[in-house]
Amino acid sequence: MSAATAGAAPTSEILRLTDVGKSYGNVHALRGVSLSVRQGEITCVLGDNGAGKSTLIKVIAGLHQHTEGQLVVNGEEVRFTSPRDSLERGIATVYQDLALVPLMSIWRNFFLGAELSTGWGPFKRLDVRTMVRTTDEELTKMGISVPDLERPVGALSGGQRQCIAIARAIHFGAKVLILDEPTAALGVKQSGVVLKYVAKARDAGLGVIFITHNPHHAYLVGNHFVILNRGNVSLDRSRQEITLEELTNEMAGGAELAALSHELSTAVPAPDTTGR
Amino acid sequence: MSTSVSSPSASAALQGKDDRVKTRSVTSRLLSRPEIGSLIGAVAVFVLFCVVAPTFRTAPSLATVAYSASTIGIMAVAVALLMIGGEFDLSAGVVVTTSALAASTFAFQLRLNLWVGIVVALLLALAVGAFNGWLLMRTGLPSFLITLGTFFMLQGLNLGVTKLLTGGVSSDSVADMDGFSAAQAVFASTVQVGGVGVKITVFWWILFVAIATWTLLRTRVGNWIFAAGGDAAAARAVGVPVRRTKIGLFMAVGFCGWFVGMHQLFSFDSIQSGGGVGQEFIYIIAAVVGGCLLTGGYGSAIGSAIGALIFGMTSLGIVYAGWDANWFKLFLGVMLLLATIVNLVVKNQASKR
Repeated sequence: MSAATAGAAPTSEILRLTDVGKSYGNVHALRGVSLSVRQGEITCVLGDNGAGKSTLIKVIAGLHQHTEGQLVVNGEEVRFTSPRDSLERGIATVYQDLALVPLMSIWRNFFLGAELSTGWGPFKRLDVRTMVRTTDEELTKMGISVPDLERPVGALSGGQRQCIAIARAIHFGAKVLILDEPTAALGVKQSGVVLKYVAKARDAGLGVIFITHNPHHAYLVGNHFVILNRGNVSLDRSRQEITLEELTNEMAGGAELAALSHELSTAVPAPDTTGR
Repeated sequence: MSTSVSSPSASAALQGKDDRVKTRSVTSRLLSRPEIGSLIGAVAVFVLFCVVAPTFRTAPSLATVAYSASTIGIMAVAVALLMIGGEFDLSAGVVVTTSALAASTFAFQLRLNLWVGIVVALLLALAVGAFNGWLLMRTGLPSFLITLGTFFMLQGLNLGVTKLLTGGVSSDSVADMDGFSAAQAVFASTVQVGGVGVKITVFWWILFVAIATWTLLRTRVGNWIFAAGGDAAAARAVGVPVRRTKIGLFMAVGFCGWFVGMHQLFSFDSIQSGGGVGQEFIYIIAAVVGGCLLTGGYGSAIGSAIGALIFGMTSLGIVYAGWDANWFKLFLGVMLLLATIVNLVVKNQASKR
């Protein structure tokens, strides 16, 4: 599962951020972030807790508005005022914790916000048959097996939920897929499954923004790596320009880690890979 | 619900089906319906009163029970939808009185046809709902607090305005005004069914429950209601208009409040301005007994009807059985606790595989 497609063909840019900043009152959560997302590529955004990853997603997803800089989608400068705006531009966001509604059934979740209707006038109703069939087909295509589509999503495992959310985004014609720490709460095997779908989304021609704090997961699939630190971009490299070791080192704060390692020299130093 | 779901088994077998997950049986699926607990409860209550109170078994008593249930149930169905949407409305009880007072007072003071008053009252009730919903979405405060505020505001307005205009605590009689008989036919007449007089509210109730059930399970709006209550942030993120959905639900409560208010007005010809207080809890109890989760995202319109039916059967059954009516409140409390515990178990089951 190597990112062999990197640089294979000149791909077109779908999304570009130029010097984007966001402040909440007098707190600058994001400063001067520039980022570009291309078709069929995975741009990984890494950063520790509070680095501004969530703010960045919220700006692109339309939950918050940026206060500085430009957000350009398909060559057109935009400013999203609601998630709907963002969705209409083909930007789908899969959130770590709020991807799906737990008490609703799988097929209802799959089509939530984009339900299919049939009939006319007062008899206009949900096309349950088509929706159930489509959900089944799409999930099967992605290799997810769920025995009962009436089952509430809350009954599924975290990995399955992420996969359903990704499958949904792909089905609804997303051009840009933002994944908010899709592997953070998952075990090793489930993370692998999710990463496989991330790669599938890339191969389907989507531009993917993969938010994570796990450099190993990022390096498995990423074409381009951006590290955020205290709201600033501290590293911006393509895959050819960086090794996993360098990425891990940068991610952990480089010099800071060396200092920490010295400080903890009696104990076994381990980079933090849990939590947000 | 849908039987076409069995198709994934074939494809799943190809994919290597997860053998730890068993396909759920029909019984377990049936038991996971929100209204099943209340249905069992309703049957138990029905059997109990059939045994202990011979008069309960007669058709006229059952018609009375249905009537009593319908006046609760018409409101409970709207309150249930609102609770599925994740919100409360404590002003649901007094808005009934407010709309009845508005209709009668407006028409009476200006000497207009009663239907003008009825339309004005409808607009007012919808406006109260819209205000509740708008303020909720605007401020993000709990709906409990906001509607508690409107509850007191409306209660004060009901009493204050009525006192100001009539000098008393009840509205002026509208019995001899234009449009009274027509309005009475719509809101408060009695229909003969096989020799038994059944109040028209029973049929309206059935209609409203049917519309609500259809909306919930078979329309986009229904999907949005479940999503808005289940996880508003997730719903918003996939493009569900959560704000509009919730405001609409509050307005639906206003509409049903208006309807019950009109029924009360035209059953008699005047309205006590202090009425309706405390009823909001009865509606919430009916919805909760019917399987609505207090936290939203789960429940059914039919459940609220069963909840209202349990309420109607008990309140009258106790009388028919010749028991002291004071026991009713105790029963109500026990029912509510039982229902909440059942709901808790259901929710835990739903979040497990």
